Amino acid sequence: MPQNVKRRRGRGRDSAAASHSSRSKVHLRLRVNGEEQEVACAPHSTLLEVLREDLRLTGTKHGCELGECGTCTVLLDGRPQLSCLLLTLECEGRPIVTVEGLAEGPRPHPLQIAFAELGAAQCGYCTPGILCAARSLLDARPSPTRQEIREALSGNLCRCTGYLKIFEAVELAARRMKDPAAQPSEETLHGRRL
Amino acid sequence: MMRLPRFRYHAPATLGEAAAILQGEGSQAMVVAGGTDLYPNMKRRHQTPKTLIGLRKIDALRGVKGSPARGLWIGPATILTDLEESALVREHYPGLYEAIHSISTPILRNMGTIGGNICLDTRCNYYNQNYEWRRAINFCMKCDGDTCWVAPGSDVCLAVSSSDTAPILCAFGARIQLVSKKGTRTIEAKDLYRRDGIDYLTKRSDEILAGITLPPAARWRSSYRKLRRREAFDFPVLGVAACVRFDGEIVAEARLWLGAVSMAPVEAAEAQAALVGRRLTEETIEEAARLAYPLAKPVDNTDFGLRWRKEMTRHFVREALLEVGPPGSPSGRGN
Repeated sequence: MPQNVKRRRGRGRDSAAASHSSRSKVHLRLRVNGEEQEVACAPHSTLLEVLREDLRLTGTKHGCELGECGTCTVLLDGRPQLSCLLLTLECEGRPIVTVEGLAEGPRPHPLQIAFAELGAAQCGYCTPGILCAARSLLDARPSPTRQEIREALSGNLCRCTGYLKIFEAVELAARRMKDPAAQPSEETLHGRRL
Repeated sequence: MMRLPRFRYHAPATLGEAAAILQGEGSQAMVVAGGTDLYPNMKRRHQTPKTLIGLRKIDALRGVKGSPARGLWIGPATILTDLEESALVREHYPGLYEAIHSISTPILRNMGTIGGNICLDTRCNYYNQNYEWRRAINFCMKCDGDTCWVAPGSDVCLAVSSSDTAPILCAFGARIQLVSKKGTRTIEAKDLYRRDGIDYLTKRSDEILAGITLPPAARWRSSYRKLRRREAFDFPVLGVAACVRFDGEIVAEARLWLGAVSMAPVEAAEAQAALVGRRLTEETIEEAARLAYPLAKPVDNTDFGLRWRKEMTRHFVREALLEVGPPGSPSGRGN
């Protein structure tokens, strides 16, 4: 570690001011998808840059970079946050979940299955961010209303689906998490009967 | 790819340390809490501080304390989502809850802080662009240039105060605590702002926003109405904050503030005065709306057409006051 980088091991209230110079790299321990990862990155690097460029977790997408689209959403401390506007060094030691971490072992998350089944992903670029935001919603509210889904996903832009299929997929996933045999509604599959 | 410029980073654990670092580094340093306003600006090279002081580790800057009877203290580094979820804010200061709930998106409210929204940089179509775009118009007065492209004859920058919490905090008569190495001072929220798009805060560069206090909520009812194109993401094109204190059925005190129509929040003094001593009826509300809307003098530097934005001020003042409603009306407008 370069001499001009002062850094304390350990976190917590007793740690005094941590400082990082602008030129040297900082060595960080990140907790990504349940695994501890060590990275050396510039102090000004964003979590999005480190996830994609250093850890090669390219599931998290790189969109507007300015907090205006939501495609880079990951879960930090269990809450959806935008990785393009997070300093990596502020994420040290905090649990990070990306779209790669949604599956449980070989089984995709019910949200992922429902999205695939109902065509809720078209070009797919917004999907990783939406899956993370939806997962956080379902963790907090296992049976969300349509309005709650709309609101929870209002920070994720989609330019393909018109959102309807996304809302229906989240509803289906929520039902399947309680009853694995739950099927898409008649309206979802065939449209509204006139 | 738009990357952040280089900076030195400090993460002090106490407010005293943060103030000392800020004093030592001078105007080259900035503090950052959520970063949702500052980092996009840094990526577009609006601000390129040599030093950033992260406030995340300072526990004394977070939380909500107090009671509706005594008033509230809000830590400026409190995440907006945490304030939305605070029953104290939601039930007793509904106008503040509505303003916070209307900010950007749920995801950004998980990151952004109330202090950041209070100090939100002023916005303009000629400013909130990337470096190359701004260079193509030879920059503007607010950053790197000297012409105001909205009003080329203007001596002052016309970038718009786009904070949702600023007008409602002014209306509540909130007080802002500012801490520096030299000491602490407390000012009225309305005195934090200045009608200058560049130098829009009266906070000195060595001062840190250290606390927000709200007066007791007793007998105050409040609301906030926001005009924007989309129901998420967008900054306000107009914000109307209304706080009314009743004495029985009669308005004892009224405060009406307009946001996003100028470089600072604007107090609708005549409209306020017209309500005092009267009941809140459709006629008195209409009169207040008529008196308030000439104060909105929007310029062509945000979304929507000018005349329509001005006209909407009348409707939004009316809606905000209707939402406040007379005491006892069932809209959950506070006490």
